[in-house]
Amino acid sequence: MTVVDLGMPTLPHAPRGVGHLRGNRPFPDAARDALRDGQLRANLGHATSTIRAKRAAVVAEVPDWEQLRAAGKAIKAATMARLDAHLEELERQVTARGGTVHWARDAIEANAIVTELVRATGVHEVVKVKSMATQEIGLNEALEAAGITAHETDLAELIVQLGHDQPSHILVPAIHKNRAEIREIFLRTMPEVDPGLSDDPRELAMAARAHLRERFLRAEVAISGANFAVAETGTLAVVESEGNGRMCLTLPRTLITVMGIEKLVPSWRDLEVFLQLLPRSSTGERMNPYTSLWTGVTPGDGPQDFHLVLLDNGRTATLADEVGREALHCIRCSACLNVCPVYERTGGHAYGSVYPGPIGAVLSPQLTGVEDNASLPYASSLCGACYDVCPVAIDIPSILVHLRAEHVEAQKHATPEAVAFRVLAKVMSHPRRWRMAQKAAGLGRLLARGRPTMPAALPPPASRWTQSRDLPTPPKETFTQAWAREHGS
Amino acid sequence: MSSRNEVLARIRTALGTERAPVPEIVRDYRTTDERPAEELLDVLVDRLEDYKATVLRCTPGEIPATVVAALDTGLPAGWAPADVVVAPGVPDPWRPAGTAEDDGRPAVELADFSATVVGVAVAIAETGTLVLDGSPLSGRRALSLLPDCLVCVVIADQVVGGVPEGLARLERSAPLTMISGPSATSDIELSRVEGVHGPRTLVVVLVG
Ligand code: SF4
Repeated sequence: MTVVDLGMPTLPHAPRGVGHLRGNRPFPDAARDALRDGQLRANLGHATSTIRAKRAAVVAEVPDWEQLRAAGKAIKAATMARLDAHLEELERQVTARGGTVHWARDAIEANAIVTELVRATGVHEVVKVKSMATQEIGLNEALEAAGITAHETDLAELIVQLGHDQPSHILVPAIHKNRAEIREIFLRTMPEVDPGLSDDPRELAMAARAHLRERFLRAEVAISGANFAVAETGTLAVVESEGNGRMCLTLPRTLITVMGIEKLVPSWRDLEVFLQLLPRSSTGERMNPYTSLWTGVTPGDGPQDFHLVLLDNGRTATLADEVGREALHCIRCSACLNVCPVYERTGGHAYGSVYPGPIGAVLSPQLTGVEDNASLPYASSLCGACYDVCPVAIDIPSILVHLRAEHVEAQKHATPEAVAFRVLAKVMSHPRRWRMAQKAAGLGRLLARGRPTMPAALPPPASRWTQSRDLPTPPKETFTQAWAREHGS
Repeated sequence: MSSRNEVLARIRTALGTERAPVPEIVRDYRTTDERPAEELLDVLVDRLEDYKATVLRCTPGEIPATVVAALDTGLPAGWAPADVVVAPGVPDPWRPAGTAEDDGRPAVELADFSATVVGVAVAIAETGTLVLDGSPLSGRRALSLLPDCLVCVVIADQVVGGVPEGLARLERSAPLTMISGPSATSDIELSRVEGVHGPRTLVVVLVG
């Protein structure tokens, strides 16, 4: 697993300086701060344990879950194996049904295409359906620079936008906020809101409804992402709960959908697999309240001007890696975040990318090139919980180990980091060895004798690394141990 | 090179000249449901009620009275028929006297109505899902979205067991909306709360 194929073609990664795939700080630094935030940990612990239980219950009632999972994995692998042909077919079908297809090499090009399309309509505000792709490319900032205001309409996105915050979860970007904090944001930023607003989730949802209603009714342009696109028919799918998606996909005259090139499936039948896997894995429901499926333009029903922007932004570079390309199978359900003992304690911001948690740890470094997110492949204890819940059976632990090895190989000189990481990569490539090493790190706590960081207490060659950097004192319990204690192994 | 050709060229480079064969897709999951029709109806009712939808069951002859009862359930007492809009293909017996028909007016004007009555293309029992397909019976998408109360009439033979059977029955290029309960959100502490932007009340008239 540590063998790196140096004959791999190198293709352009997501460019620097645009979008949200890179943090300002390495994961360990950001995580250390997050771990000190007790409120954050409480909020995350509460939310993720709620959703874990719901997911487990609705998955358990599906007798053929493993067959669906295997089919989901095979469909995605088959899609990737002929991605070029499927994209061309999608383009043909969307065009034949009155849509316009655009291709974007990267975030900069995608932002320019969307900005130009909005400008051409003459409007200065757009409504948006929650979309990871548009967060990834920093579309809102690009629109703002062009004098166009983008209104997020998903409740959690709205909370993040009004709070001038960053998303921290794929499905529920405001998962790090509890009801009291959300109430405070609404009172501060919604001028029309009743000052007597309580923190009852129902009342908060009603406040969002009132806040956005007029905007939906006057919107002329909407921007969405897509959960799936069917190559065979040219059909796009958006899966949602609140109805904000339907508002955006139905009422405006112009609809612009930005979609990563990996989101498509070859045939209509493939939807029967993913529409079973996704809702149960993401919100723990048998089915999400609303799924919209549309094919091009329908006279008299919905937007009459439809644009589909197909985005690369590092995806083809990811596709070039035979092991890592499996990360492109992700259907963004967020189940792996909700079960991850690391995510549960650090939250999403520590990952520095819009894709946090286990999937982020394997996807972000591949989109940006591993040198730009070098610490992310180490942001895991390799406990394997992410693989177990993944509805398309992505082997995240193996990709993590593969990327660690790649990162070590990529170090040109034998810097102390390279040496230390090489040792780490070797240890971490085997779960049993890793757990032993974590137990050894428990000894390090004794050596540190209660000081917040551990001085050069590690044997060479790691000591050369810790001489110049404070190594955090290992916690009393490793993530894996805490996980085993709290959840059983 | 155009962006299109460059992205396609990158994909070809990434996959290499000697491509691996396309993996086989084994579809050994359930694609039919052998349970008796009566049992499927019970499953559908159970799922819909779990989503906090109201279900009223009736015989074909009772549809007119049951649609009125559905509106009584979903609207405040003393509602006026003129506040209710129906899809253009809804059969006469399903329309209480005095209701309006969607005449293709600008979509946002549909927000002035309090309730909508439509039929469905198919209903999926196992997931409690109603699918509207933009036909005259289901109406255009805005019709089932803007009024705050949605009444859907489902005929027993439109009910299938699972998602694969449901999708197979649909017109693929139609604008489709799959509805599973009233609008809801899980965005606050990941707990489900019913009623956000879409209709806050869903009443299903199940016939047969
Ligand atoms: S990697 Fe798997 S579990 Fe994680 S978000 Fe993607 S599909 Fe869901």
